[in-house]
Amino acid sequence: MTWRSPLALVRDALRGQRARENELRSLESNLPYEGLEKGKQPNRYFPSNAIKTTKYSLLFFIPMNLYEQFHRLANLYFVGLVILNFIPEVNAFQPEIALIPICVILSLTAMKDAWEDFRRYQSDRKLNNMPCFIYSRKEKQFVERHWKDVRVGDFVKVVCNEIIPADLLLLYTSDPNGVCHIETANLDGETNLKQRTAHPEFEPESFNGILVCEKPNNNLNHFKGYVEKPDKQKVGAGIESLLLRGCTVRNTDHAVGFVVYAGRETKSMLNNSGPRYKRSKLERRLNIDVLFCVILLFTMCLIGALGHYLWLNAMPVVPPYLVPPTSGQLDRPSLTSFYMFFTMIILLQILIPISLYVSIELVKIGQIFFITNDIDLYDEETDSRIQCKALNITEDLGQIEYIFSDKTGTLTENKMVFRRCSIMGTEYPHKENAINLLIKETEVVPDGKLFQKISRTSSGSLSHSQKTDAYLDFFLALAICNTVVVSMATTKRRRVSRHRTFTEDSEENFQPSGQTEGVDTTGLQPCSPHPPSLSDEPALTSDNLRYEAESPDEAALVYAAKAYGFTLLSRTPDSVSVRLPSGEVLDFEVLDTLTFDSNRKRMSVLVRHPITKEYVLYTKGADFAIMELLGTPYPGNGNKKNIATVTQRHLDCYAKEGLRTLCIAKKVQNHTLSYLPNAMAAIENRERLVMDTAVQLEKNLTLLGATGIEDRLQENVPDTIQALREAGIKVWVLTGDKPETAVNIGYACGLLEDEDLVINMGCKDKITCTNILDCTLEEVRRYNADPRNVDTTQNMSLVIDGLTLDKALSPDLLDRFVALVKHCRAVLCCRVTPLQKSRVVKVIREKLKVMTLAVGDGANDVNMIQAADIGIGISGQEGMQAVMASDFAISHFKHLKKLLLVHGHWCYTRLANMIIYFFYKNVAYVNLLFWYQFFCGFSATAMIDYWLMIFFNLFFTSVPPIMFGLMDKDISAEMLLGVPELYKTGQGEGDYRFTTFWVSILDAFYQSLVCFFVPYFVYQDSDIDMFTFGTPMNTSALFIILMHLSIEIKSWTVVHWIIMLGSVALYFIVTLAYSAVCVTCNPPSNPYWILQSQMEDPMFYLICILSTVVALLPRYRVCHSLSSVGLKIFNCPEFWGSRQCYFSLMLPFS
Amino acid sequence: MVKQESESANRPDNTAFTQQRLPAWQPILSAGIVIPGFVLIGLAFIGIGVALLVTSRSIQVLELDYTGDSNGSPCSSCSQSDIANCKCSLNFTLTTLFQGPVFFYYGLSNYFQNYRRYGASKDDNQLYGDLSSFTSPSSSCSPYNYDSSKKPIVPCGSIANSMFNDTFTLTRTVSGTTNNVTLDGKGIAWWTDYNIKYRNPSVTPLKNAFNGTVKPINWAKPAYELDASDRSNNGFVNQDFLVWMRRAALPNFRKLYRRIDASGDYQKGLPAGNYTIDITYNYPVRAFNGAKKIVFSNVSWMGGSNEFLGIAYLVIGSLCVVMSVVMLIVYAKFKFPDEE
Repeated sequence: MTWRSPLALVRDALRGQRARENELRSLESNLPYEGLEKGKQPNRYFPSNAIKTTKYSLLFFIPMNLYEQFHRLANLYFVGLVILNFIPEVNAFQPEIALIPICVILSLTAMKDAWEDFRRYQSDRKLNNMPCFIYSRKEKQFVERHWKDVRVGDFVKVVCNEIIPADLLLLYTSDPNGVCHIETANLDGETNLKQRTAHPEFEPESFNGILVCEKPNNNLNHFKGYVEKPDKQKVGAGIESLLLRGCTVRNTDHAVGFVVYAGRETKSMLNNSGPRYKRSKLERRLNIDVLFCVILLFTMCLIGALGHYLWLNAMPVVPPYLVPPTSGQLDRPSLTSFYMFFTMIILLQILIPISLYVSIELVKIGQIFFITNDIDLYDEETDSRIQCKALNITEDLGQIEYIFSDKTGTLTENKMVFRRCSIMGTEYPHKENAINLLIKETEVVPDGKLFQKISRTSSGSLSHSQKTDAYLDFFLALAICNTVVVSMATTKRRRVSRHRTFTEDSEENFQPSGQTEGVDTTGLQPCSPHPPSLSDEPALTSDNLRYEAESPDEAALVYAAKAYGFTLLSRTPDSVSVRLPSGEVLDFEVLDTLTFDSNRKRMSVLVRHPITKEYVLYTKGADFAIMELLGTPYPGNGNKKNIATVTQRHLDCYAKEGLRTLCIAKKVQNHTLSYLPNAMAAIENRERLVMDTAVQLEKNLTLLGATGIEDRLQENVPDTIQALREAGIKVWVLTGDKPETAVNIGYACGLLEDEDLVINMGCKDKITCTNILDCTLEEVRRYNADPRNVDTTQNMSLVIDGLTLDKALSPDLLDRFVALVKHCRAVLCCRVTPLQKSRVVKVIREKLKVMTLAVGDGANDVNMIQAADIGIGISGQEGMQAVMASDFAISHFKHLKKLLLVHGHWCYTRLANMIIYFFYKNVAYVNLLFWYQFFCGFSATAMIDYWLMIFFNLFFTSVPPIMFGLMDKDISAEMLLGVPELYKTGQGEGDYRFTTFWVSILDAFYQSLVCFFVPYFVYQDSDIDMFTFGTPMNTSALFIILMHLSIEIKSWTVVHWIIMLGSVALYFIVTLAYSAVCVTCNPPSNPYWILQSQMEDPMFYLICILSTVVALLPRYRVCHSLSSVGLKIFNCPEFWGSRQCYFSLMLPFS
Repeated sequence: MVKQESESANRPDNTAFTQQRLPAWQPILSAGIVIPGFVLIGLAFIGIGVALLVTSRSIQVLELDYTGDSNGSPCSSCSQSDIANCKCSLNFTLTTLFQGPVFFYYGLSNYFQNYRRYGASKDDNQLYGDLSSFTSPSSSCSPYNYDSSKKPIVPCGSIANSMFNDTFTLTRTVSGTTNNVTLDGKGIAWWTDYNIKYRNPSVTPLKNAFNGTVKPINWAKPAYELDASDRSNNGFVNQDFLVWMRRAALPNFRKLYRRIDASGDYQKGLPAGNYTIDITYNYPVRAFNGAKKIVFSNVSWMGGSNEFLGIAYLVIGSLCVVMSVVMLIVYAKFKFPDEE
């Protein structure tokens, strides 16, 4: 290492910064620079492939973790208190003891953090040390290195079933067609294979171009770049030739790529944003109550300070018990009482429960454990449990008032079943498919009439009828016009054990793809590429073919074509082979594929017919996207215009049935287009150029027919929606589909009912929109004002489309819109964009101040999921993007019912009750000390040993509330599911109300008064000493606090008994041991042998019994009268679910 | 990243605990349980209350204030002067036998032994007989750890310094002759205090341990000379000292002074007759509105006389019974129709 001036270092650092921030990056191969020092490397500014996701380092763990922890205000408060202890004027005895609780809390949290970080470190190390092959110029071969050694500009070889170490630009694959299949399940959860193609113009060994690419971003489906060759020729590269880190290579023996992004700049790392932090509503409420407690504490301390001042002032002379400070002179009363204020804070500090925050976190972890372990929320099919991604909003599940749901894949299965089709104006209903509800999407029962027609046509003379017959064209289009990947069902994704026998001999494969083309290597390769394209292999029957499509619609269409004998056998970027019903195999040369995009709403494939040598464009797409492009009618048909109109009528009919419709069209082209590759090379406006090409190609289409695909409702969707509604939750459906389909699904899932008044809002301009809103609002107002309608509510539902929604959400109409939807039982928003979805959620959440939940499964729901208080992702067919963004991930919509009605209710009531109990517990205990101040000259004396006070909170009374927060069941799961109305107790203000809090605080005051004054009156004027006086108080406080909890606990299990009795036993054991051991250990308190002597005194027991009974009698009375009325109705199973039962149930509570 | 091949590796355990189906007992508070329960509890409480009240009533207590507030009272002259060992005497007459064993207490009012800094003002190690704490008492004793000439004070601190120093003798006049009533000062402190918590340094004679130290400022005699009559009752294990060091919980308290020695005439307690208490009046209380008194009391299993507990039990017991009656009426009247 040569010495470099600091200036050069700074300059280098700045240059590196600039290189990383630059919009465009130029990368060149590392090979020419191999072995040179770091400063000479061309790509030295870009991060290496070693990743580091740990938050802390070993050296700075403590300061960094403390810094992190002190972001929590409560911790700062407790540390402030500890510091206060060390101020001599405050007269705290043994300030060290005050350190203990905060240290315990901080170190517990630190331990938890350290453990989590260590696990991250371990997984980082494991990842960084994974093996991979990097090309070395010195050794002229690929050598085994670790992932962390990979740098930008290296050549990396990946083999079948191995994970890709960095984002690679694919240069070469073992596949003759230059295709590499990858599985992106690690990234987005999509299990279908994706094709990546090596650009034939790249030559790996002599790669001497410069790769220009964009700055790293987190878009998994987008990459722009080009390779500039020495001769200034530019070759474009897109996402279709990028292998992403974290993906697995499948069906391809090996592939070689050029490292574009490494380490933290890879797309998968940029997408990895860590766990989400949301604050629950309850926690926000809690903080207000903590504030109240602080105010209460200050008031009590102020009273103490004031009392001390008055007490001192009333003193005529200095009595013998008043100790002057060291100076010998008594301070002025005002100054002493000023100090006394702080001493009081120290004495009464446990009013703010330090253990509350830790307990809440513990309870939430436990609640998540129970939720994820619920077998009812487990899906056998995918072997997946519910995932809880957000760890601290479990209780929000119990307070939901609005649910915003996606339609496709959420309410429906997103498993497309081919249901009907219309070919050349004739409708084929496929009745068998409609009846048989249990069939899978892979099995299509052909319509008898159509099947006959097909077999008749195809059995005739081959080549001529094929090219003219519309029926054959229709099914050919179904089979060809898609991006489906074919794999063998039996050989699919073999998980071959890692074969790392690559040495020199694999070198020969490292050649331009063209040369191996003639050799049929399929039999030799341990991991074959997708099934051989030649159909002459006898083993290849159509039964063991599997189609893996990006969208389930496509697969459904291909399976439908297969059912009629048009079997898609294989697909490469350049060719498609299809077997016809007659058994003949046709190989189509694929000239271009114009993939689906949401603007065009259609896709096309340009192929060359092997027999006629015609260029044929097959297009499929949404009906309106095709209908406007129709030109030439099908040759040989008389009623030309009619086909379009008849088909349109069929399409409308399909939509009414709730089917997803697609139109199929073709076009015969005489020349192919040559300017397409140029478009691909442009980095800047490639999308626009592709679009232009598409526009030029896709015109003058010939309509072949239309298909109707059914997207079935998921299991138990109507039932779930019904239950959620009864639970007082409003369900909205936001979908990108058209209104007809949405309304149909709405009826099918019970969201809309026949007698409902459905308002259909669809208007072109703002004025009509305003009018509709005003009219409807007026009508609602009239209806509600009508005395006849007092008891009945009008069941009104709103259907609104995206365009109208835009207007309704404009600032001047927003309030009216919100007022209207408040009256609506159900709202369906159709044709909405992802942004609109989130906008709707935000508006409702903010305007109505309600708790919202958004549930969806696709990437288009991500915005909405993030906007809602709780986002739920459904892990289904459309990938994992929604799941990644969600707080909870479930596998079926029906799971929502148990998640909300049972777990939500439990989590909420448990946590709310636990928090209230915590406040109560601390106030009750601290007040014992407060009342004593009136009898000790407000001098902040405690009559309970300091250690025992700490133990009391830390050990004797800490576990029962946590157990209460984890395990209490106020109502059984069956009851909660049977009577969804019970969910309403958590909505709005819920259990954790202002009044509940203050009632508990008042109860705490009362109980502490009893607990203090019973011993006081007993021991008045006697020779009792201080700590003997405190012992029965401490003991009865324990009994009162635990018995109070027993009244609150609704159901007792073995765990409850063990913990409750264990806490009492622990109290006696620890206190007895402590008073036996501590002779002079804790001055000035004197616990020695006090509990022992008290336990020999019958008065001790009489005091404890009396205090406990008197303190708890009022609460027991109230609870008993409530529950005795309530339980009677609870025990009426025959009334479960009936509204009357619910209302009579709620009456005693109100 | 290697996936589990087994079919349902993620399947949650179907146990009663994870599925929250542990067998649970729900306390159902039906009228059939609650009303008899309340009656039983009520009756038990009434029983305890009666027993407590009867016991408490049987305890005899005699309180004699000797602060000397008013001019007519016997000790008014002593209370107004600062003379050490001022003598005054108090007469009282018993008309019936004062049942033994009789305890002799002194009482103080408006005296805050529970004052925070007062309580801390002692050195437990010194009192445990630790000689190193003799030479350098704990700073918690400040300002009573060193005297003005920087000599350590033993026992240090405010509690020791403020020790009660009035003394009493009790005489009985029977037909003109005055007999001393023997007062027993043994075992009036806590056994644990006497034997474990407080110890004299193991130096003989005890006086030598106190070399180089001074007595507390307010004390007339050093600690090793507290009881001239009994050598073992000196130093930190002096019974009066131990009683004083155990701080009272409340500002009005009494502390045990002596027991009436149950021998001779006094076997059954104090017989009826005329008694005189000779007081050596030292402890000033009037300045801070305090009061001093002498209390004779006998004890039972429940300690001293206390009516509160008995009454409280009676009230709560009756309340329970009344409540159960009310509940019975309510349930009889508003029985739910579906409960037949």
